[in-house]
Amino acid sequence: MPQKKKARQASSKTLQKALTGIQGLDEITGGGLPSGRSTLVSGGAGSGKTMFGLEFLVRGATQYGEPGVFISFEETIPDLTKNAASLGFDLGRLVADKKLFLDHVHISRSEIAETGEYDLDGLFIRIADAVQRVGARRVVLDTIEALFGELPNPGILRAEIRRLFDWLKQKGLTSVITAERDRPDKLTRHGIEEFVSDCVIVLDHRIREEISTRRLRIVKYRGSTHRTNEYPFLIDEHGISVLPISSLGLDHAAPAERISTGIARLDGMMGGKGFYRGSSILMSGTSGTGKTSVAAHFVDAACRRGERCLYFAFEESPRQVVRNMRSIGIDLEPWVRKGLLQFHAARPTYGGIEEVLLVTHKHISRFHPSVVVVDPMTSLLMVSTLNEVRSMLTRLVDFLKTQGITAIFTSLTAAGGSLEASEADVSSLMDTWLLLKAIEVGGERNRALYVLKSRGMEHSNQIREFVLTNDGLRLLDVYLGPEGVVTGSARVSQEGREKAAATFRRQQLEGRRRELDRKRQIFEARMTMLRAEFEVEEEIIQQTISESKLLDEELLQDRGQMVRSRAADTSAYKKAASAPAARKR
Amino acid sequence: MPTTKTKGRTRSRRPKPRKPEVWRLRLFVAGQTPKSIRTFANLKALCEAHLKGRYQIEVIDLLENPHMARGNQIVALPTLVIKLPRPVRQIIGDLSNTDRVLVGLALQKVG
Repeated sequence: MPQKKKARQASSKTLQKALTGIQGLDEITGGGLPSGRSTLVSGGAGSGKTMFGLEFLVRGATQYGEPGVFISFEETIPDLTKNAASLGFDLGRLVADKKLFLDHVHISRSEIAETGEYDLDGLFIRIADAVQRVGARRVVLDTIEALFGELPNPGILRAEIRRLFDWLKQKGLTSVITAERDRPDKLTRHGIEEFVSDCVIVLDHRIREEISTRRLRIVKYRGSTHRTNEYPFLIDEHGISVLPISSLGLDHAAPAERISTGIARLDGMMGGKGFYRGSSILMSGTSGTGKTSVAAHFVDAACRRGERCLYFAFEESPRQVVRNMRSIGIDLEPWVRKGLLQFHAARPTYGGIEEVLLVTHKHISRFHPSVVVVDPMTSLLMVSTLNEVRSMLTRLVDFLKTQGITAIFTSLTAAGGSLEASEADVSSLMDTWLLLKAIEVGGERNRALYVLKSRGMEHSNQIREFVLTNDGLRLLDVYLGPEGVVTGSARVSQEGREKAAATFRRQQLEGRRRELDRKRQIFEARMTMLRAEFEVEEEIIQQTISESKLLDEELLQDRGQMVRSRAADTSAYKKAASAPAARKR
Repeated sequence: MPTTKTKGRTRSRRPKPRKPEVWRLRLFVAGQTPKSIRTFANLKALCEAHLKGRYQIEVIDLLENPHMARGNQIVALPTLVIKLPRPVRQIIGDLSNTDRVLVGLALQKVG
């Protein structure tokens, strides 16, 4: 979208453009058709030229306040009105409201004779009158070349048509001139493209491998940059929509909000919070690994939150999906009835890939879901080449991201093929990649799931087994055996073995603990004994010590008395006695 | 008398325009251009020569009555519309090619 704005701003200096209102066309033309000039829309029979012209006028009149005049050289007005009704346009009302003027120019050669020089002033007057009646800013001449079949003297006619185009330009009318293209090397049957020098658009309706696709290409756009690719387009009950092939850019917001996957333990595997809102999730796996079931959980959770979900089922009918999901305890029907969940089931084989993606685009634009499921996207490969699918998915993913829509793409991997390799082409577009796997061990096939990548969040690196039960999908604990995850009855027996081992270990532990107790008891008994012995000994020793002390004191007393009695120099004695003692110490 | 009249009419439709029949001619032009005037002169001369007293010419200027172009399915100018005798035919151009105008008027044989 910002690209569009930029383009218009840039072009405003050089060239005024008139928005067509045709979905996608204004984007690739950078703002519409050259305003006040003529655009040649050329294409084979049934390529949608008339519809192009009609939509250009109707959108102009209803959305941009520019009334229009439609000059039909082929279809009658009742026919036109009927055809327009199939695109959802009510021409009758627009005519009554004086926003549109329809004129059918009918001439038939059998009623006409030429007798000299003539000009197309009659047509000029008719157009001028019509333009004046509704104050038209836009004019469509639907296959003016039809005049070559009806009027004689092509030389005069060519000159007159040239004069007409000049006149339209001079009047400042934004006009669309359609032309039949019956040969690939020529844009128009009578070479009138040389009179329209401003903008040339080629419409093409081709059938490849029994699948019809409509394409649009801007061959020329003077004074303006434009995209030169071939763009697939679609005509349905809401008009034309063109889908530009190139990506919309990478400037979409990245919400930090997380939304539950609907499976608590799967949330747990992704940091406990689930997917990022607006992220794209690839879920790949071989058939029967439960891709749809995981998707259904997610859808169910979203609907519970009151969000809208759009489910594109490319292989199953909506009723089948609802029934099958009921068997695992998910009832999607109430959500369908509430209008929160919409299914679109169609085998992509019946329309080209462009059509499938255009339809996808349209439904999304109309329903405004917050969750989209494409199940399985690999069906698209059946109708197109890998390259095309990738470019389509890139656009779809970009589109979904700009809309902030969380999308799950399931992908069917061929059994036996490398799981990671086959989706490598699109996986880089995806933010989260869940891999569902069938593990065959011990004559059983069990389901396992792991998160192969998940941008911007911590995620478990474990492979989890999951079982589909009557009330939903359950992720089980991981049992890692020598060959990886142990599943199914192998898991059950492993569980048993582990239980036995645990009991054994517990018993062992008990035994050890008892032994320890015993040892402690023995130790403590010994301690008591030793202490008792020690106490006895201590008592004896203490007694001896005190006895000998007593003895010493008595001796000293005795000696003192002796000294005193002999009247000796006590001080000298004391000194002599204390000095060696100090030295000794 | 009435019976013969009907008979005469049925017969006169194709091979015998001898009966006094009125040629109602309508000439569409855009403005008083030299071309318009020339065309009218050509037509007038032709009618005088071949349909004297049996023709009516109505000149319609589309610049004054543009809506008439649509109702009469006019594309090229000048256009001469032969309203009567039926069927309605158109002759386009300035009527300078007299032979072709006579063929267009279905007068060639008569003339």
